[in-house]
Amino acid sequence: MTEIKFKLNGKEQTLNTDPNRRLLDVLREDFKLTGSKEGCGEGECGACSVLLNKQIVNSCSVPLANVDGQDIVTIEGFSKTKEYQVIKDSFATAGGVQCGFCTPGMIIATQSLLNTKPRPNDYEIKIGLSGNLCRCTGYNLIIKSVKLAAKDGDGLW
Amino acid sequence: MKDISKSINKVDNEEKISGKAKYVADYTMDGMLYAMTKRSSIAKGEIVNIEYPDLPKGYFIVNHKDVQGKNIIKMIFEDWPVFTEKNISYLYEPIMLVIGPEKSVLVDIIEHIKITYKEEKPIFAWTDSVIDYHFDKGHGNRIFDDADEIIEHTYETGYQEQAYIEPQGFIGYPEGDKTTLVGSIQCPYYVKNAVIQALGEKDENVRVIQANVGGAFGGKEEYPSLIGCQLAVAVKKIKKPIKLIFEREEDMLVTTKRHPSKTVFKAAIKNNQIIGLKAHVSIDAGATIGLSGVVLSRALLAVSGAYTIDHLDVSGDVYRTNTVPNGAFRGFGAPQMFFAVDMFIEHIAKSLNFDPLEFRENLLVKQGDRTSTNGLFREPVLMPNMIKKVIDESDYKNKIKQYSQKGNFKGIGMSLFFHGCGFTGSGEKNIIKAKVRLKKTKDGKVHILVAAVDMGQGIKTTFRKLIAHMLELDIEEVVFNNPDTDFVPDSGPTVASRTMMIVGGLLARAAKEMKSRWKEVTFTVEKEYEQPDYIKYDELHFIGDAYPAYSWGVNIVEVEVDPVTYQVYIKKSWSVYDVGKAIDEKIVLGQADGGLAQGLAYGYLEVMNHKDGKIMQKNMTDYIIPTAMDMGEMETYLFDNPYAYGPYGAKGVGELPLIGGPAAVAKAIESAINKNIYKIPVTPEYIMELMNND
Repeated sequence: MTEIKFKLNGKEQTLNTDPNRRLLDVLREDFKLTGSKEGCGEGECGACSVLLNKQIVNSCSVPLANVDGQDIVTIEGFSKTKEYQVIKDSFATAGGVQCGFCTPGMIIATQSLLNTKPRPNDYEIKIGLSGNLCRCTGYNLIIKSVKLAAKDGDGLW
Repeated sequence: MKDISKSINKVDNEEKISGKAKYVADYTMDGMLYAMTKRSSIAKGEIVNIEYPDLPKGYFIVNHKDVQGKNIIKMIFEDWPVFTEKNISYLYEPIMLVIGPEKSVLVDIIEHIKITYKEEKPIFAWTDSVIDYHFDKGHGNRIFDDADEIIEHTYETGYQEQAYIEPQGFIGYPEGDKTTLVGSIQCPYYVKNAVIQALGEKDENVRVIQANVGGAFGGKEEYPSLIGCQLAVAVKKIKKPIKLIFEREEDMLVTTKRHPSKTVFKAAIKNNQIIGLKAHVSIDAGATIGLSGVVLSRALLAVSGAYTIDHLDVSGDVYRTNTVPNGAFRGFGAPQMFFAVDMFIEHIAKSLNFDPLEFRENLLVKQGDRTSTNGLFREPVLMPNMIKKVIDESDYKNKIKQYSQKGNFKGIGMSLFFHGCGFTGSGEKNIIKAKVRLKKTKDGKVHILVAAVDMGQGIKTTFRKLIAHMLELDIEEVVFNNPDTDFVPDSGPTVASRTMMIVGGLLARAAKEMKSRWKEVTFTVEKEYEQPDYIKYDELHFIGDAYPAYSWGVNIVEVEVDPVTYQVYIKKSWSVYDVGKAIDEKIVLGQADGGLAQGLAYGYLEVMNHKDGKIMQKNMTDYIIPTAMDMGEMETYLFDNPYAYGPYGAKGVGELPLIGGPAAVAKAIESAINKNIYKIPVTPEYIMELMNND
């Protein structure tokens, strides 16, 4: 057992727990934040994506010890922001959502991308989404969703 | 009135984007236990003895002895045990569930259960035929007597894994005398009926509820019946909530996949024309037969592809092997067959020195032509105009000329295909007997009561839109919840591109009646499937109309092949589909993109194989599915061609866009490397082999 402190969705949290636990399990089990999904459990599919200090990470591959003193934002926290509203509307309008299981991760990936590259070109969008697998859409309408978000939210990032 | 195809935003966008939508893994209950599966470590043999460790308090073993009903999964062909009793027929066959509060303890218990086997030599060769079909059209094999030339080729396809991002899972719990399951499923009533048989229970004591489904693609058609039954047996014994969620590795190793296939084609040629075809199709069922016979049927029925050939001799076998059972996957036999036949016709054209495009266009199915089983293509066939559309948009004719010059490693390919909508043959009438209900409540709302599942294909939106449109209501006034068998009738499984055409068609009929009785305050309208009179099908002899309607498609794909590594890059695709009438254009286009991505990847990217019965790709790192980098731009066009019995003319959508992908990408690669391709996936290794055979 180790004491771990981190900021989660804007709030300071302290946990006494096994530092080897996966961040994904802590989020889903201890905090009931089930928007981050487990698709593969080995950092390949991106369904468990969260923001660690504003950068996308696979929470299934992050041991809790690594987030000590860091800032974590999950889809639940991110959904309270202005940036989320723009991304949400663009995914809805462009048709970027099918089964929805990869979607929270895709939203996080979009935020992480636009945060570093507010006006990404097609290639940069594809790179930005390449860590997140989707089996439903063939990515075409997700890429269009991200383009739309960049356009509609121009100046926000 | 507005055109129904005009897109609206999906009704479940908000909950899915925000992460609030609950999938089965997100459910927890007080006192909930976890289940894990102890599996066989051999591919064939007998269990001689099982030694159990001492179980800590609160831990349980559930096996075949706990099955109070029939220890067999109810499905089309019943040969799949709920729990294996003695005979092992594939590696990782489920023998028992281990259940308790801590997952780490379950892992430890599973490791300490010692099973002794009497091993036998497993069979992996395709020798044990368990189903064989044969039918003729026209003169059958006799046409070969008239041939002045015979062309023969063999085509092979590999495994494909559904790779839904959400693994399989259920949570089960007791409700009084009732056993209730919530799961990631396509077919609530398949699970319910299977559980009734396994528990030997009364109908009212089994309840199945659909959780949000994180992708399925056929993978959650029959497989959930197996784990649903296992869990139900456990819940009934232990009387506590239990959760069974697969991890990715388990899911990849043990769940059903697309049947590998091999098609031997012969063409009878006279005066440089095809006068007849002979085909033999082999598919690998794996260790259980399950749905394999129906998969083979669908393949055989598509034997002449989008072309009319008057004389056919068609046969096929389902082979049982000691490998993981294969099962439903979007397309259901059609992708294998359309790959083989579309390649074969192209290869014949090439060897007779015809322009393949003209050769294929001359053979195209026309309205009034006979199907492979002497049924009729009754509806207008728009293929000539559809082909023209994508040829113009893609500049196909110039590109194919340009790319055929040696050494530029650019290629373009085109596939032509159809999909028979709904169940094969008389399945809708004889087996499914779909029933739907519409209920008007006091508040003026209309409830859609069907067992159809939204697994991403958007039926929550399109069904509500359909009913709102017909009754001239706002979409908010139409209610459609995830199916719960306690409240919805059995409208059949969510499979076979039947949901909008068949279930939607019934709902439209119900809505029409509801509209005429609208002044009544609260009432329910129920409709049952009635087969159109003109559909007559003799299942045993393969004669007549195997499908009530057909959807059609053309894919053109452009690729580049790396001249050094032989890596294939998809540059762009152009597709056109006739799905009758899109109930929502944006949703159909989303299906089109996703289906094509799966079809293309099946053709060049997705490699799965087994070694001694063990699937070698056990995770998303080993089994490569497309990322955002892989698919290129996709352009899709829809042609309206309303079908009289579909709502607003809608036909099947879901499977169609996958079917042409493999042939289109294989032909594009052929044009890039100037070699004939006979198998998919077209991997860099296969290309190297072809290039070295100069």
